[in-house]
Amino acid sequence: MMADRVVGWVLRAYLGLIFVFIFAPIAANIVFSFNSLRFPTIPLGSFTLEWYQMIAGDSNVWQAAQRSIFIALTAAALSTVIGFCTAYTDYRFRFFGKSAYMALSLLPPTIPLVIMGLAMLAWLSRIGLSGTIAAVIIAHTVMCIPFATAVIRLRLNQMDANLEPAAWNLGASEWAAMRTVILPFALPSIVSALCLTAAVSFDEFAVAWFVSGLNKTIPVVILEILQGVIDPRINAIGTGVFVTSITLVVIAQMLFMARSRKPLVVQ
Amino acid sequence: MVADMAAVAASSEGQRERLTSYALLWRLPMPIWQIAFFVIPLLFLIAVSFFIVKNYRVEPGFLPENWTKILGRYIFWKTYGYTFLLATIATIVGTVLAFPAAYALAFKLSESARRWAVFLLIIPFFTSYVVRIFAWMFLLAREGVVNGALGRLGLGPWTMLNTPIGTMVGYMTLTLPLVIILQTFALAGIDQRYVEAAHNLGCGRLRAVFTVVIPLAKVGLVIAALFCFILSFGDFVAPYYLGGSTPPTLPIMIVDQTKSGQQWPRASVIALTMITTLFVIAFLFVTAAYRRRT
Repeated sequence: MMADRVVGWVLRAYLGLIFVFIFAPIAANIVFSFNSLRFPTIPLGSFTLEWYQMIAGDSNVWQAAQRSIFIALTAAALSTVIGFCTAYTDYRFRFFGKSAYMALSLLPPTIPLVIMGLAMLAWLSRIGLSGTIAAVIIAHTVMCIPFATAVIRLRLNQMDANLEPAAWNLGASEWAAMRTVILPFALPSIVSALCLTAAVSFDEFAVAWFVSGLNKTIPVVILEILQGVIDPRINAIGTGVFVTSITLVVIAQMLFMARSRKPLVVQ
Repeated sequence: MVADMAAVAASSEGQRERLTSYALLWRLPMPIWQIAFFVIPLLFLIAVSFFIVKNYRVEPGFLPENWTKILGRYIFWKTYGYTFLLATIATIVGTVLAFPAAYALAFKLSESARRWAVFLLIIPFFTSYVVRIFAWMFLLAREGVVNGALGRLGLGPWTMLNTPIGTMVGYMTLTLPLVIILQTFALAGIDQRYVEAAHNLGCGRLRAVFTVVIPLAKVGLVIAALFCFILSFGDFVAPYYLGGSTPPTLPIMIVDQTKSGQQWPRASVIALTMITTLFVIAFLFVTAAYRRRT
């Protein structure tokens, strides 16, 4: 039908507009990071690397970047290990209170960031950790566990439920079955979870702002520059942040999608 | 070996198993971490809300005045109402804006195109929200790109920054990708035969959407709206940087109370009020989602 086709194209065009809205800020950041205008507007000025040179010479930004990377790697490793334990427990065992158990693992993203930040600040300063890098790692691990758990749990869902019992029947101990059956099967999702949680931590600004004190991370530095006037340096820093987190999220998703097409064969 | 076989039987039949050290090793790390660093910090807020601030230092104590002073102020309830209103508008706007996009993704695109679209939508959800808000700060400015483009069409310039419009753009930047993804999954899960049956029975396209598609996808659509509300209600970046923080919202109040003057107890009162509100809202939404149509 003609009318059906028209509706179809209108809906597609609308979808395109929504994508423009969602990706406009990311594109604008990247474009204006190479633009000579002090105030980013159109028509565009000339091509420049001025803003990149400015942040390259800024030790504040570099120290924050190093801190951010260290925190992201540590929080990713911790939350992926804990997320794997949780996902495997949910996959393998049945016990009383399991839905409450899983809620405990998955709930953090539903708590507003300012409240999370305040609670972390109050508690971590109580136990003497506020203002340290450890405080940021602890808070980010809490916020990353849900994503790691979900990614690994979905992968385990795709495993033939008889594989692990088959290994036991063939004489493998529970540990041997874990090492030779579960871990190889879950590996893509473990790497995926590592990338995704590293991106979550690397981009987290609110809780880090509350608990990091003088140990600022990159998003906190951005947040503080933002409180002044519009500063084109943020476009350059932001482009670096985007490239990092988009790369991580794309890798995470590639690994996640690859598995759903071809089921992995256990050697 | 016998124990292994028993374990096999138990797990495949879905019964409870004996708690071995193997099971405990996998089971314990998450609750230990989440109780120590998630549950206790949140519960600790209740204690902090009764603490005393002396000379810019927070000291343990029992001071009900934190509660009475905050809850007794007109400005608090005005801010509460304004925050609630903004989040409600964001939920409606987000749901309405996302629906045609999710509909197109679920019904008008091929399986692989849909997968790629969701792939793309997941990316902004995990990429720096603060940097994207900064981009809107100069895009929406009076001399910014958006007004420049409008000017070529003979419109504007409009003041969008430091108005509720700016706040709304920020909320949509935060929530739209997630709302579209959740709505798409809800719509894609519908059994297409119901929609075809409605068409065969002479039901118009738009009427089928409202009487067949939306009721069938209700649970997912309501959950998407709930996330839109939770995220907007708790966000301080959009109302602060794009809305100009006047009038303030509750998250901005929390930031102000905490960052200037060490007023953690009062900030805790506001935080606990917000959490209670979100609990009630979540309960109402979930109840509405699963209620049978009469």
